[in-house]
Amino acid sequence: MAETSDVASRRPPSPDAPPARPSRWNDPNFRALVFQGITLGGVILFAIFLVNNTMANLERQGIASGFGFLDDTAGFSIGTSLIPYQEENSYGRAFLVGLLNTLLVSVIGVVLATLMGFIVGVARLSKNWLISQIAMVYVEVIRNLPLLLQLFFWYFAVLRALPSPRDSIPLWESFFLNNRGFSVPRPLPEADFWLIPVALLVAIAASFLVARTAKRRQDLTGEQFPVLSANIGMIIGLPLLAAVLTGFPLHWEYPELRGFNFQGGITLIPELVSLVLALTIYTASFIAEIVRAGILSVSKGQTEAAYSVGLQPGLTLRKVIIPQALRVIIPPLTSQYLNLTKNSSLAAAIAYPDLVLIFAGITLNQTGQAVEVIGITMAVYLTISLSISFFMNVYNKRMALVER
Amino acid sequence: MTDKTVDAHRIDPPSLAGTYNPRPYEPGTHPDLPPPGNTIGLQGWLRQNLFSSPLNTLATLVGLYLIWLTLPPLLSWAIFDADWRGSTAEDCSSDGACWVFIQTWFKQLMYGRYPDEELWRINLSYLIGAIGIGYLVIPDLPRKPWVGAFMLIVFPAIALELFTGGEFGLPAVETARWGGLFLTLVVASVGIVFSLPLGVLLALGRRSDMPIIRAISVAFIEFWRGVPLITVLFMASVMFPLFMPEGVNFDKLLRALFGVMLFASAYMAEVVRGGLQAIPKGQYEAAESLGLSYWKMMGLIILPQALKMVIPGIVNTFIGLFKDTTLVSIIGLFDLLGMAQAALTNPDWPGYAAESYVFAGLVFWVFCFAMSRYSQYLERKLHTGH
Repeated sequence: MAETSDVASRRPPSPDAPPARPSRWNDPNFRALVFQGITLGGVILFAIFLVNNTMANLERQGIASGFGFLDDTAGFSIGTSLIPYQEENSYGRAFLVGLLNTLLVSVIGVVLATLMGFIVGVARLSKNWLISQIAMVYVEVIRNLPLLLQLFFWYFAVLRALPSPRDSIPLWESFFLNNRGFSVPRPLPEADFWLIPVALLVAIAASFLVARTAKRRQDLTGEQFPVLSANIGMIIGLPLLAAVLTGFPLHWEYPELRGFNFQGGITLIPELVSLVLALTIYTASFIAEIVRAGILSVSKGQTEAAYSVGLQPGLTLRKVIIPQALRVIIPPLTSQYLNLTKNSSLAAAIAYPDLVLIFAGITLNQTGQAVEVIGITMAVYLTISLSISFFMNVYNKRMALVER
Repeated sequence: MTDKTVDAHRIDPPSLAGTYNPRPYEPGTHPDLPPPGNTIGLQGWLRQNLFSSPLNTLATLVGLYLIWLTLPPLLSWAIFDADWRGSTAEDCSSDGACWVFIQTWFKQLMYGRYPDEELWRINLSYLIGAIGIGYLVIPDLPRKPWVGAFMLIVFPAIALELFTGGEFGLPAVETARWGGLFLTLVVASVGIVFSLPLGVLLALGRRSDMPIIRAISVAFIEFWRGVPLITVLFMASVMFPLFMPEGVNFDKLLRALFGVMLFASAYMAEVVRGGLQAIPKGQYEAAESLGLSYWKMMGLIILPQALKMVIPGIVNTFIGLFKDTTLVSIIGLFDLLGMAQAALTNPDWPGYAAESYVFAGLVFWVFCFAMSRYSQYLERKLHTGH
């Protein structure tokens, strides 16, 4: 038959003849080398092409290059700043102001979004039908609306539409909401105030020690110690004791209406308030879903097994459910924190002076050094992202289930 | 047991008439009593779900209070007190929403400044697109691969020709006149159509055995995932012109599309990689032992399984991309949100921010919610575990 003869003809003619050398092209290692060489060459050529074009374009447009501009005088003012800043300061300082403003929004947003997200996530699992439905409507409405739209809504349709300072909306007579911002009392610490944070730190350190000794004792003797209540008592009690001993060395400066605006206290500008509102409300809806998924991921059998070995419901929650749920919750939670930090760059759209507005906006317009400015801005976000994901990977390795 | 068999075991009641019998039934033969009235029906449901304990009752009351705080004012603003008819800002005299504003600006919000007499071109592409997507979404229709290929290859070409014009006797429309929901859909579709193949390639590169390919893929993915989209768009609008040789000029829209595409493909790559990692090693080994080449193994064995597994993730990325298209308004393109924002600056129509954003939000919400429901449906359909 044709087939057999075909196979036979492919056999080497005789065992003595040297076997036909396979083409190098059939060697996977060789091929891999060639492919990688071609790809690398292509990428390098493309990079050279871009760099050459950029150099030529910059030269033609007469734009300086290099990072010398960071020392030049910025010459623009910034509405809100955590560090002292004036128009005479350099671009470098303006950069720092923007970076700090970005971090400020991110930190406030992360804290509030976590709180709100956990509350909504637990509410969605509530046995109470009404509460779980309200939580569901919240999540489904907010999650499916663009963040920028929500930001515009809070800024242009809500906060900017508030009454002027004269008719501002008071909350408990010490907070005031108006179209210039949100005025809150400013804490004024007195001489002995430092004792309170020190007491808090001591209490936290001591509570770690208590937890460790209690665990060791339980491992050795089986005797238990009420660690949680002892530590909560210590962390609240010690600073309180310090406050009582020093006679509450803290005063509040309340905002007061003088002329056309509020004086005293701290005024949070509407840009900051709407940015925090939008970021918190938006991110919380995602965190709520993560929390819900995490809690649901712990199978009911775990609870039943814990009960059957005699653990109390509270202990079951603390020792069985939460550790396993956290394993599922924390990785996506971190990526939400990252998203929030990156989304805080939308601040530029409502003119909150964050890194993007100050640098990729104003500085870029004034200096024209697009490559350096955009490069620095991207590098900052990249550093934040990569370092958080690095810690995330370390954490994941530590938390990963050890399997057989 | 049916009721009849129960009855058969009953001691005949008439024979015991008048006497007190503490046990009219043999043990274990009593017919099932109906459940207590307060555990079934509306009352039982209320008791179980809203008032099962004092704490639960309190939660219900708090929930009712929240609804009472938000819903009546919202309804009276949006519907009962709203102005629906008219043509100028003077027609909006009540306290409620001014929907006249939306009516007046409706065409701009939908199509931007696209010429009136050419709007049929957009509508025709919508029609083709809607039919095609509808066909793909409805389960169990024949020849889906062909329809899919048509939608991915032929339809974009037709749509591009219709939108830009300039040939076949269609007057050219420059992209600066594109806007509104139309532009949003264009940006989102281009991002979706290009990010998926690019993302698959990047994911394969990241899982590759070749160190240089892997390094390039990882660097590319991590870079685009690490920076906010707004800086990518800034880069696209100010740095792309610098990258190009002299005389080569990209359209502003094209630059934004390019940025969106690169950004979305990195996210897509991570979703696809999740699917690739979830495929058991045996599948790879089986494909290799059959003598399949790398591309055959990926195309016939691995990717079909991996992509099917991550369809919900892909749809979620699409939803994110759809929402993120609003950012193009920051670099001066007038998408739906940009148009809603631009309408607010018109001096004849001062102070209708809420109406504008609520309308734009409604449109976005309908699209995103529909996509998320579809992804949930797919998740259920493709769920093959227990």
